[in-house]
Amino acid sequence: MKLLIKNGLVVDPSSGFNGVMDILVENSLISRVEKNIQDACDSVIDATDKIVLPGLVDMHVHLREPGREDKETVSSGTKAALRGGVTSVLAMPNTTPAIDSVEQVKLLKKIVQKTAHANVFLASAITKGRMGQEVVDIVALKNEGVVALTDDGDSVDSTEVMREALMKARDANILIICHAEDKSLVKNGVINLGLISTQLGLRGIPKESEYKRVERDLQLASATGAAIHIAHVSCSESVALIAEAKAKGTRVTAETAPHYFTLCDEDLMGYDTNLKMNPPLRTRKDREALRVALKSGVIDAIASDHAPHTENEKEIEFDRAEFGVIGLETELAVSITELVESRLLDWPDLVQKMANNPAKILGIAKGTLKIGADADIIIVDSKKEWTVTKESFASMSNNSSFLGRTLKGKVVCTIFGGKVAFKNT
Amino acid sequence: MSLLKEELQRNMNKPEADKASLKKAAWVRKDLLGLQELSREELELILSTAESFKEVISREIKKVPTLRGKTVVNLFYEPSTRTRTSFEVAAKRLSADVINISTDSSSVRKGETLIDTGKNIEALKVDIIVVRHNYSGAAAMLARNVHASVINAGDGWHEHPTQALLDIFTLKEKLGRIEGLNVSIVGDIAHSRVARSNIWGLTKLGANVTVCAPPLLIPVSIEEMGVKVTSDVEEALKDADAVNVLRMQFERDTENAFPRQLEYFKNYGITVDRLKHAKKNILVMHPGPINRGIEISSEVADGANSVILEQVTNGIAVRMAALFLVAQAHDQLRSKARTRGAKKI
Repeated sequence: MKLLIKNGLVVDPSSGFNGVMDILVENSLISRVEKNIQDACDSVIDATDKIVLPGLVDMHVHLREPGREDKETVSSGTKAALRGGVTSVLAMPNTTPAIDSVEQVKLLKKIVQKTAHANVFLASAITKGRMGQEVVDIVALKNEGVVALTDDGDSVDSTEVMREALMKARDANILIICHAEDKSLVKNGVINLGLISTQLGLRGIPKESEYKRVERDLQLASATGAAIHIAHVSCSESVALIAEAKAKGTRVTAETAPHYFTLCDEDLMGYDTNLKMNPPLRTRKDREALRVALKSGVIDAIASDHAPHTENEKEIEFDRAEFGVIGLETELAVSITELVESRLLDWPDLVQKMANNPAKILGIAKGTLKIGADADIIIVDSKKEWTVTKESFASMSNNSSFLGRTLKGKVVCTIFGGKVAFKNT
Repeated sequence: MSLLKEELQRNMNKPEADKASLKKAAWVRKDLLGLQELSREELELILSTAESFKEVISREIKKVPTLRGKTVVNLFYEPSTRTRTSFEVAAKRLSADVINISTDSSSVRKGETLIDTGKNIEALKVDIIVVRHNYSGAAAMLARNVHASVINAGDGWHEHPTQALLDIFTLKEKLGRIEGLNVSIVGDIAHSRVARSNIWGLTKLGANVTVCAPPLLIPVSIEEMGVKVTSDVEEALKDADAVNVLRMQFERDTENAFPRQLEYFKNYGITVDRLKHAKKNILVMHPGPINRGIEISSEVADGANSVILEQVTNGIAVRMAALFLVAQAHDQLRSKARTRGAKKI
């Protein structure tokens, strides 16, 4: 079985490609990337004027299975991923029940085997039941295939428990992903604390609730020598702390999400619950700081924090609506529109943020076009404009911050494991 | 518009009543959700329309047929006697039919969402929904989901536009202008929709606004809304042409942000002694219901500077104006839609 992708602009810094070339896929692996490949093939895809990238790696996805299959499933979530050009996801463990034991991992792996349309990597909780009390059996979970640990949705409040987890993770050589949030400072806040929360009469979430916890986790990482990754960075203070820790040699990486570098709290004047997420949209100034951090490399990765919710949970009063927005199907287009079109990042930068770096952070052999790698490849029409509508989603939910927006850049074809898995018609 | 115009022309005693509601500025909004989104011209239009209605309710026969055949629903998710009654009287003066729905008697407790409740009310062919809700943004959400006009009668800590409009109307009636006036708002600014709407309205109309509260009850960055901020009530009163005293809702203090009641009265209560250092003719306003001896002393509430009861009367005129304007805009939008539809055929 041979597949040839012809004449696309192939961009992948991890393998040094950046030019018009052909890619030959043989037996679901990338076998050659060269100009003018003339082999006889079972099928040929013409990628003239298109951009060819490694399949994206989204390291922050809530697939909701098991437990909330009304919001999303492994099947629907990975279909959505393919549509958005994402071929590998890290599934967050805050399901019902939480993924915190070898038994739960085994059950979820079975579901993934049967129903997933893309690569699903698993994260385990840091503590049993995500209760912040008792550290999970890290070694056993790693042996079962878990690639990271996180209590995402909650931070581990106890410094003692977090230190213990970091030491065990260091010894097991596995990553801990920090959801940095001191809930005692959040209280019942629903949007960023500031002029906008005052004008809207909504309870505010102070930035301290995020960056004070980032600060603590950085200190613990530095003291223990463990590797940490800061999830969904939303404010300038967190960026400054991460930059400082990186300079000192702390083993830290960080991600942000498209909504944080595209939107800000000023967009909330209409009380749109599809702009309600945790951490909240911060100020214009924070949005700028995140863009600068993406450019400078302080922030390593872009991840969607895809968080599906039903309409019943979103189309209600702002205070009562769930936190979270979906993002798998818009993250590439939003990033192209906001970062590449504005020339803040070039294509190789973008591929690093959305494929190379997250794969490297997680230690998985994905997100690359290296010879011999799994043939997860996307073909993108970078000039195609499209408007985000509720109907456009493969996700079971449609709580997108970008509904109604016109974006530039569309995935025309996603090749997963050497086969065309999604084609935009 | 024409009904009101005829009515006014038939009954006019004062010639300036004419210019009131019939200025060039047009009202095109289906809803009245807050003062933030209104222009200065729109604010002035509501105030001048209210002036005409003030004349109407001062007559022997206080009723005009302006909204005959229209149905107004008062949908109240929070207990309120004052605002609900005021809207009810206003609607009845305009000959509308009025239905009151409050949380106690409705299906709200059975878990129906606000949007579903709104759509059900609309299915009853209601024209205007007046909504009071404990969540900020609820009125806007309802307005987006129904074709009927929505008037915000207070949403959470966000806005209470008709209260601020009646406060401003009273100020203008008493002092002849808004531009350049010094107005101080004293009380729980953080949790007050009345304060927010007053700030929007007064600053747009050119008044200088000072807010005064204990430090924990001053919301973050409020100075960026163009107001002076102080925790010293004497300073707030010093140059004020009017003071708007907010009700202290001690029963709602869930975050322990409030000082104790007696301490509050001692430090922030508006008393005769404190007013001695203020302008002699300072107007004392209060959105009610007043807590005597907590935020205001009885002597001041009942004294010569107080316009508290006149505010209540003016509330009727302002709410008549609000009901009239949104109903009129709604009719125009509907007839435009109809014309567009006809052209297509």
